[in-house]
Amino acid sequence: METRKIVLGQKNVADLDEELPTEPMKINMGPSHPAMHGTIRMVLTLDGERVRDADIEMGYMHRCFEKEAEHATFQQIFPYADRLNYVSPMLNNVGWAMAVEKLLGIAKAIPERAEYIRVIVGEMSRISDHLTCVGASAMELGAFTPFLYLIKAREWVWALLEEISGARLTHSYVRIGGVVADMPPGWADKSLDTLKKIEQALDDSEALLTRNRIFRDRMEGVGVSSAEAAIADGWSGPCLRSTGVAYDVRKDAPYSVYDRFEFDVPVGTRGDNYDRYLVRLYEIKQSIRILRQAFAQAPAGEILMPDYRVTLPPKKQVYNTIEGMIAHFKLIMDGIRVPAGEAYSYTEGGNGELGFYVVSDGTGRPFRAHCRAPCYPILQSIPRQINGALVSDIVPTFGMVNYIAGECER
Amino acid sequence: MSAKTLERLKERFGDAVVGTHSQHGDDTAVVARERVREVLSFLRDDPDLLYNFPSDLTCVDYYGREPRFEVVYHLYSLAKKQRVRVKCRVPEEDPTIDSVVSLYPAFNWFEREVWDMYGIKFNGHPDLRRLFMYESFQGHALRKDYPKDKRQPLVRREGQS
Repeated sequence: METRKIVLGQKNVADLDEELPTEPMKINMGPSHPAMHGTIRMVLTLDGERVRDADIEMGYMHRCFEKEAEHATFQQIFPYADRLNYVSPMLNNVGWAMAVEKLLGIAKAIPERAEYIRVIVGEMSRISDHLTCVGASAMELGAFTPFLYLIKAREWVWALLEEISGARLTHSYVRIGGVVADMPPGWADKSLDTLKKIEQALDDSEALLTRNRIFRDRMEGVGVSSAEAAIADGWSGPCLRSTGVAYDVRKDAPYSVYDRFEFDVPVGTRGDNYDRYLVRLYEIKQSIRILRQAFAQAPAGEILMPDYRVTLPPKKQVYNTIEGMIAHFKLIMDGIRVPAGEAYSYTEGGNGELGFYVVSDGTGRPFRAHCRAPCYPILQSIPRQINGALVSDIVPTFGMVNYIAGECER
Repeated sequence: MSAKTLERLKERFGDAVVGTHSQHGDDTAVVARERVREVLSFLRDDPDLLYNFPSDLTCVDYYGREPRFEVVYHLYSLAKKQRVRVKCRVPEEDPTIDSVVSLYPAFNWFEREVWDMYGIKFNGHPDLRRLFMYESFQGHALRKDYPKDKRQPLVRREGQS
């Protein structure tokens, strides 16, 4: 082999420009990595610092939601649904309830007050979802203060949800035919006060992040996706909207009482991580707007439809009348008899279109229950987004996907 | 509104459309599995339909019925704001269907999941591996004849005793 002489002190410019020949290297990121938001493994093929290819291996959190659902009654699935997207369990609760109500043909019979409460708890969940995503991503890029501000704000939201449902995280609050409990006295005023505090926390974090040089350098122009590619990859929610497509189920197919509120759908222009951050931030503000209108409009009245083939009768009837007792017994033992058929119901979850495809064979248990998790197709297209990027770019890109293992791996 | 979609499908594909219904407002077409790629590419590209958003793909096991499996596609048109469900029946003895990943890249993992859980082979899929389970997993967990409490043999790496 010919060796070249390099005389010290005489710099040869051509030698310095010459790149070292490298071979692609395979490296594991995960399954347990601090930036992985759960347990997931990425097998990266690196060329120096550049990512050439990535293979995502998931399933570490697979809990057989769909198999378990086939063996549970329709009401028993709410606790499982809580654990799908565990950062916004109320939205999953509502999504599942609406799928079963569609099959039962009672979607129009839900009491109005229950619909408003569902919107209120759902939007609170959405706020907590976005706060977590933005806060955690900011922390991974070194901004620890906004993380504390936003997680503190999330804790306020969860305290409110705990007060209404009894559980801080896995609420199981929604029922088929309504919701289980009314708003506690004074809860609405307390919530409106909390919204003001959340707005303050958002302003504080925004002041630290939005024009922060380090944050913008890491986020801008990273993880860019065109609108066409995002649609073909099945993106929805804030990630799709960051590319400029204003698809929001609440606007495109207004369900519940969403057609009665004024709110905007923020969209991005460049489809990069920075736009995803901004879209989430503005969506929190829109959710606060919806919440204020919902609290002002919420009518008095029932919170569960009084049809005892679907909802449990009041305890007074269960203990004192034979009809009430039998209705209670049948609902607990056999479950709600859902007529045979199939339905696909879709709502706007924290990460996008949350769909439930339910097939019933006329018994009290679903024949098939399938969940279309919004972050599942988005996670799938991570290799496309990080191709050619630096290893450190994976962290913000992955953070802005808002991968929730429970929802993605079911 | 999208009953028009079903009319268009029947008109274009004739006998390949085995049945249609609009239960609970969800327009559904059952099509012959040999023509699924053609049907989906028509739904995606026809200027009156433009079902460009791949919403969902899954499978249902109607155990005891012939044909046993049903692969279910849910599509959405962002331009026309309407939805359609396409179903293809797949028999137990030949559980294969054409892959639609080249039409809708989003369905890549969805098809891997159906292979993993139901054992349906997607012809032409670029990388048909199990998604949630490990490669040495035996059987397909969401099939109706897979008991919920079935146990799997312990996986040992080579060289381990």
